[in-house]
Amino acid sequence: MNDMRPLERIVDTDNVKIAAKNVQVYYGDTHAIKDVDVDILANTVTAFIGPSGCGKSTFLRCINRMNDTIDIARIEGNILLDGEDIYDKRVDPVQLRARVGMVFQKPNPFPKSIYDNVAYGPKIHGLARNKAELDEIVEKALRRGAIWDEVKDRLHASGTGLSGGQQQRLCIARAVATEPEVLLMDEPCSALDPIATAQVEELIDELKETYSVVIVTHSMQQAARVSQKTAFFHLGNLVEYGDTGDIFNTPQDQRTESYITGRIG
Amino acid sequence: MTDATASGAAPERRHTSLMTADKGTRRRNAAEARFRAYGLAAIAVGLAALVILLVSILSQGLSSFRQAYVTLDVPLTAETLDPGGNRDPADIASVSTFGYSSIIRDAVLNTFRNAGIEIEGLSEDEARGIISPEASAQIRDRVLADPELIGQTVEIEVLANSWIDGYFKGRVTDRTAELNSNVSPAQIQLAQAMQDAGILNVHFNWAFITAPDASDNRPEAAGLGVAIIGSLYMMLIVLCLALPIGVAASIYLEEFAPQNWFTDVIEVNISNLAAVPSIVYGILGLAIFINFAGLPQSAPIVGGLVLTLMTLPTIIIATRASLKAVPPSIRDAALGIGASKMQSVFHHVLPLAMPGILTGTIIGLAQALGETAPLLLIGMVAFVRDYPAAPPDGFFDPASALPVQVYNWTQRADPAFVERASGAIIVLLVFLLIMNTLAIVLRRRFERRW
Ligand SMILES: Nc1ncnc2c1ncn2[C@@H]1O[C@H](COP(=O)(O)OP(=O)(O)O)[C@@H](O)[C@H]1O
Ligand SMILES: [Mg+2]
Repeated sequence: MNDMRPLERIVDTDNVKIAAKNVQVYYGDTHAIKDVDVDILANTVTAFIGPSGCGKSTFLRCINRMNDTIDIARIEGNILLDGEDIYDKRVDPVQLRARVGMVFQKPNPFPKSIYDNVAYGPKIHGLARNKAELDEIVEKALRRGAIWDEVKDRLHASGTGLSGGQQQRLCIARAVATEPEVLLMDEPCSALDPIATAQVEELIDELKETYSVVIVTHSMQQAARVSQKTAFFHLGNLVEYGDTGDIFNTPQDQRTESYITGRIG
Repeated sequence: MTDATASGAAPERRHTSLMTADKGTRRRNAAEARFRAYGLAAIAVGLAALVILLVSILSQGLSSFRQAYVTLDVPLTAETLDPGGNRDPADIASVSTFGYSSIIRDAVLNTFRNAGIEIEGLSEDEARGIISPEASAQIRDRVLADPELIGQTVEIEVLANSWIDGYFKGRVTDRTAELNSNVSPAQIQLAQAMQDAGILNVHFNWAFITAPDASDNRPEAAGLGVAIIGSLYMMLIVLCLALPIGVAASIYLEEFAPQNWFTDVIEVNISNLAAVPSIVYGILGLAIFINFAGLPQSAPIVGGLVLTLMTLPTIIIATRASLKAVPPSIRDAALGIGASKMQSVFHHVLPLAMPGILTGTIIGLAQALGETAPLLLIGMVAFVRDYPAAPPDGFFDPASALPVQVYNWTQRADPAFVERASGAIIVLLVFLLIMNTLAIVLRRRFERRW
């Protein structure tokens, strides 16, 4: 896969990776996402910000169809990945999720060894033909997760024995190991201390070389530090979407400005 | 909390010292102390009941593992045992236990003579009464196993009569023997003399565990062999049916089934089934498996099926509870890297739920092992002396079951059967103990943290 990286880097940065059109999400009678249109670019970090309960996680989970696991959730509209509608009847969500990886708010390593945590994805997707290749994939993923040096001597120790920050980086390595094209992160740093947060942010910055990264965050500083594009959600609406610098310096909408200056939150 | 010195002048509410507990705190602490006392008392009552139960069962039942045996010098005369004289096994087998009675008489007299014991004041029959009626069968078995013995005088250890056995275990005394038509004080004295002469021994009794049941007049020969095999066969059937069916049903209900009125109804019904009295399952088994499906009565297959039905709700409830206890974040993690629902369940959720599932299964099995009522209805209470064959054919042969055997023996008149019933309970308890230990060991082995 190494040889693909230069290829992807040449890709026009304005290339739209994910296009959402008219997305509505209902939880039973609750209308959680209203009319959201957004284009997420390849090789870009896109931040979703907004007050709690405004639907950031809900929208993020639409992108890899994790909402399918919630019985009462209903989604309307289209979300295109590379021009293909992921809600088309012919799409198998399992196949989709192999291409759109996800990192959750709370670190959730499997209660297995560090090695098995990372190797699981490649194994079920048949990415390795033998043990040596698998070892290589695991090492590469752990290096990309910026955790290799800390765990290389105890790959067969339990993943749940790591510290919170290490667990989250392990989860990122696990997501990266399946070679997704998009990486969704739902408040990946909310359970971490500042040092671990800085490590993860650095990591996100590196990951955008290869992936299109979407990160939900409640920290505006974090959004400003890591993202190139920012989307502001409010009460289920996408209020404003644009370059991160523009959103923070010259917000167009009254609500965005209030949120950024700390008046709603 | 430490020393509640009642302060003379009650200080202002706000400025009470931390060194003295105020009224509310004292009340709270008193309530807590009371509650702990209740708890301790409850545990003490429970433990006391357990100790009383165990002591009474052990004191009554342990003696059934020991048995009085008489070593006879048996002259195996060829004229009686092999009239044809050609050592043909079929010929030898044609002599029934009845034909051995003269042999026994000779053997008893022979033995007393050799040991130098005088039979004073006892008829020959009374002297023979010390030996169990089972003795002829024991000698016959020995001869059939080794026809070469015919024509020799062989030392054979046979069972003593249960009343004599009872004397050595303290169940029968000189005084009770006087009032008892089955045994006389003179016989007891003779038995004592035999023990002194070394031809009567009390030792461990494997036959109690391996032998089949015996008829009313020979409790000394009754054993648990058929009941243990029957119980094991049924447990095997329950394990092989209830575990996969129960786990599959739980996984479907918990992980795949949509949440709607239909699954709600199923859920309520499963909980209700767990509370259905076990005798109802017996009636069901009688109606369906025996009357409708035509399976044989008293067979482990029917008992196993009935117990499977009874155990299923227990296993399903335990399995669903342990599946529910697996954090949803584990499922999300698996789905998030592109595992299918099935992969997430079988690779991650099920292994984590395993300790709970195993514990639930073993508890269900233990329950089934001790279940009596439904088995009575499907004919497992029958008197069975033949060992069932090896599985799978043996599943269709008549057999007994441990708890039914206990029930059966307590129904019989001879007090020796009460001792044996208690002994059977001990065996049952040992099996339950082994199963529970297994549950704990498996749980320890599989337990994981997350
Ligand atoms: N599983 C669910 N069932 C019902 N309602 C939900 C569920 N998840 C989220 N919601 C509702 O959807 C809205 C958006 O939630 P969420 O996307 O989690 O917000 P955010 O991540 O921005 O804090 C909230 O009003 C929340 O109550
Ligand atoms: Mg959220």
